[in-house]
Amino acid sequence: MDMGPFAAWRWQRLFNDSNIFILGLKNTLLISFLALLLALVIGFILGLASTSSNKALKGVTRAYVEFFQNTPLAVQVFFFYNALPALGIKFSVRAIGVLGVGLYHGAYVSEVVRAGINSIPVGQLEAAKSQGFQTLQALVVVIIPQAIKIMLPPLTNQAVNLIKNTSVLSTIAGGELMYLTNKWVSSGTLNYGPGFVVAGVIYFLLCFPLAYLARKYEENLKAKTTR
Amino acid sequence: MIQLVNVNKSFGNNQVLFNINLDIPEGEKLVIIGPSGSGKSTLIRCINGLEEATSGQVFLDGEELTRKNHTKLVRKHCAMVFQQFNLYPHLSVMGNITIALTLLQKKSKKEAEQVAAHYLELVGLTEKANAHPPQLSGGQQQRIAIARALATQQKIILFDEPTSSLDPEMVQEVLDVMIKLSSENITMVVVTHEMGFAKQVADRIVFMDEGCIIEEGHPTDFFENPKSVRTRLFLSKILR
Ligand SMILES: Nc1ncnc2c1ncn2[C@@H]1O[C@H](COP(=O)(O)OP(=O)(O)OP(=O)(O)O)[C@@H](O)[C@H]1O
Ligand SMILES: [Mg+2]
Repeated sequence: MDMGPFAAWRWQRLFNDSNIFILGLKNTLLISFLALLLALVIGFILGLASTSSNKALKGVTRAYVEFFQNTPLAVQVFFFYNALPALGIKFSVRAIGVLGVGLYHGAYVSEVVRAGINSIPVGQLEAAKSQGFQTLQALVVVIIPQAIKIMLPPLTNQAVNLIKNTSVLSTIAGGELMYLTNKWVSSGTLNYGPGFVVAGVIYFLLCFPLAYLARKYEENLKAKTTR
Repeated sequence: MIQLVNVNKSFGNNQVLFNINLDIPEGEKLVIIGPSGSGKSTLIRCINGLEEATSGQVFLDGEELTRKNHTKLVRKHCAMVFQQFNLYPHLSVMGNITIALTLLQKKSKKEAEQVAAHYLELVGLTEKANAHPPQLSGGQQQRIAIARALATQQKIILFDEPTSSLDPEMVQEVLDVMIKLSSENITMVVVTHEMGFAKQVADRIVFMDEGCIIEEGHPTDFFENPKSVRTRLFLSKILR
């Protein structure tokens, strides 16, 4: 029998087990979606808070961002995986995955939101305040609708990174594509060749269109504003 | 209508307003002049809470402006026109004028648009209702900004150098709108370098230098017999 890593029978076996990869894709999509939602919620709240003039609020958001940006996601995920049950909090692995990835990317989203809001001239906020809008109201009706255009490309890049980073959850048996691929590869005949190629292709098909859209959008925006 | 009592303002260690006392009755057209950096903008921004006085009190229609109530008081009494127009570029001209009416004054869309149409006509830009601000000239943008300020139908409008960032050929169209306004019972506080406008419209001129009110008076007296040396020096520069 041909024992090369890409031997034909190995592909045949992968094809037979394709439901495992489809399940992995589904779980990766689900976890990514929920984690992205969490990251957006956290990111917008912290991003807005970080533009406030309140020093305490600023300090807290800064600490959060620096902590999550400067420790590895794997460490955070391991920590949640082990610490939460110890604290008596019983979450499914999937929920821990969503929490870990969501909190981590929330820090990055927060920075995107902060930069987006700061890119809008201060006169806009002043105009709104001079009309009698509360700061928060002004942010929602005047500032964010303008800033969102600037935030969209980096937010999309965050989504791409987030999808890729769900693969870290394979270390805690996260049930997503990377974990299921690895499990399939390790059980029995070590089909790592076809296994990881297919997993890689699936990740690419998820991420590349997003990255492409973000780049096109940004180019259009640049062309518009420099005209 | 507006009272400033012993207002001081510092940015860090830099004190920019010194013990300002000013009483502006309802309907007065007050023009504030003075050299760059003398604190004119800071002064009028203290009136609508964009800056908070370090000490002293500001009253709008008898009510003291505080950190808690300034949004509410400003909404009720006071609009502002900025040097850089500060129109909302993501909204149409109509949207710029109606946003405060629908969201803050709770007018219906239809009612708000009727009010807006009235003030658009007043500033002569009815046909631009659906344009977006970046498509308009500076003069047109500033006239829209004035319409936006008027549409809220507050009693006070603050102007911070409304013509200073305009190309010279557009200054007059904006001044004309302001002159037209001056016949109404609106309290206007105008920071400007347009001395012709000041002479024509002002009930009173206030001259500021280095954070203090140096001199004030009726335009005729003020321009013909300035009392202070500093005023004379400033006027000689600005009137060439
Ligand atoms: N936000 C701020 N932070 C720190 N310093 C400020 C701030 N705003 C104004 N200043 C300072 O306060 C002083 C007065 O400024 P202000 O803008 O009130 O002057 P002005 O009379 O309006 O001048 P101009 O004619 O140039 O508009 C200046 O020295 C300025 O540098
Ligand atoms: Mg100024």
